[in-house]
Amino acid sequence: MIRDITIGQYYPAKSILHRLDPRVKIVCTLLFLISLFLQKSVLGYVIAAVFLFGVIRLSRVPFQYIVKGLKPIIMLLMITVLFNLFLTRGGAVLFHKWIFTITELGLSTAVFMAIRLTFLIIGSSLMTFTTTPNSLTDGIEKLLYPLNKIRVPVHEIAMMMSIALRFIPILLEETDKIMKAQIARGADLESGNIIQKAKAMIPILVPLFVSAFRRANDLAMAMESRCYRGGDGRTKMKPLVYKGRDRMAYLVTVVYVIAVFAIGRYVPFHIWIF
Amino acid sequence: MGIIQTEKLTFEYAKHDEEGNVIGMNRAIDEVTLDIDPGSFVAILGHNGSGKSTLAKHINAILVPTEGTMWVNGRDTKDPMELWNVRQSAGMVFQNPDNQIIGTVVEEDVGFGPENLGVPTEDIWKRVEDSLKAVGMIEYRSHSPNKLSGGQKQRVAIAGVIAMHPKCIVLDEPTAMLDPNGRKEVLRTVQELREKEKVTVILITHYMEEVIDADHVFVMDEGHVVMEGTPREIFGCVDELKKYRLDVPQVTMLADELKKRGLDIPNGILRTEELVEALCQLKQNT
Repeated sequence: MIRDITIGQYYPAKSILHRLDPRVKIVCTLLFLISLFLQKSVLGYVIAAVFLFGVIRLSRVPFQYIVKGLKPIIMLLMITVLFNLFLTRGGAVLFHKWIFTITELGLSTAVFMAIRLTFLIIGSSLMTFTTTPNSLTDGIEKLLYPLNKIRVPVHEIAMMMSIALRFIPILLEETDKIMKAQIARGADLESGNIIQKAKAMIPILVPLFVSAFRRANDLAMAMESRCYRGGDGRTKMKPLVYKGRDRMAYLVTVVYVIAVFAIGRYVPFHIWIF
Repeated sequence: MGIIQTEKLTFEYAKHDEEGNVIGMNRAIDEVTLDIDPGSFVAILGHNGSGKSTLAKHINAILVPTEGTMWVNGRDTKDPMELWNVRQSAGMVFQNPDNQIIGTVVEEDVGFGPENLGVPTEDIWKRVEDSLKAVGMIEYRSHSPNKLSGGQKQRVAIAGVIAMHPKCIVLDEPTAMLDPNGRKEVLRTVQELREKEKVTVILITHYMEEVIDADHVFVMDEGHVVMEGTPREIFGCVDELKKYRLDVPQVTMLADELKKRGLDIPNGILRTEELVEALCQLKQNT
């Protein structure tokens, strides 16, 4: 079950999205996320959905694969929805029993929140599906490069991120192994209340941490033996250069953002008072 | 002067008790002097804790000698100015295939070394392509290393080292964590490289079968080089090898036992065919 987590994983395929410059994908994802949170019209969400769907089709990542990535956040989504549903007050009361009250505003906020979060996860995981962690960190490194002037170790941060991403599947696999090993020795991970369950995690976390440190040590040695000495004097195998398709992608995203805002502002198409 | 030369190389580290106090010094390597010719295939054999891996880490200047000197390609590994030259001329492949792959795509990992060396972009691509071809992994260039088998991962690691154009490759128990198929795969790759690329290969292992093709074998025990010679010479001394807790290949063992029982068989038989030959000869003569 633990290996099913697909968030943050790269999905190899040959699509225009995979070939885009990582900087474009980062900036456009950010723009998309901002567009989700700064507009409130139904039509705006319809446009966002169409845009997102188009991008998914372009990426050639199977739809089921993306949906699978949503699984781990369902709990979070439910909690957010429930809180918004019952705790936001405003507008006409639709439902009232004991301490539970659902208002018009509560309902609309809950629905929008659910849509927003789902789009947010899909949008950002599309970025990681189509960008190898290395090029992602290359993109971040290049985007944050100006910070180098105020002594932020940009290259080192980027390198740390890319290594962390590389080790996620390895450590997950290891967690699985340790869990099985401890279960084989009679560890009980399933029963008991939440505190007992948390305590049962200790025999899994301790070996996991020990092995993670050992791996880190090995990896550091392997990197050093391959002449790694930080960002200075390093060349790039895949240097980032904007191409025509990258400018095109910027243009499409900017047009989308303007469209969403314009419609939110000028087209009076509100189902809920919001 | 050889590509790798040591002069009374000694390495000590402090032993700690549970509170972290120093309770004594441990000599992992004790006055080792050796000389390795360019282009040769050298194997270093030894049981766990014999100091063979520590020696390997000296070749790459991950460790520096406490006493004595190590020269790689004529450069003293103790000299901080030469550190990167040393590491470039002696590439290292480690035991655990997972913990030495940095990139998330095979070709990016192979490119990691050249990137660090500051090689221009077009050259990096050429180097990556050439080294992936050399280890026969070119069709996996855009795969994720997580999906490869252990043997394939080790071949990628070897490609990553070759892409730095080293003079010599040190393989520190590269097959210890692999299944028999992966082991064969890696050894075949190493053999081919030696023939094609003419690099010096230093193989550190405790599997005797792997050193049969070596030009020269060193046997280490407790930090000393205790035996030295061609595989045939080394495997001729079955009893001495056993003293150092090393297993000889089965066929060598059989030949040795037969010899002890009075059969006239030459010393240091390494392959099954050789034993068959020797036995047939024996039969014809009688």
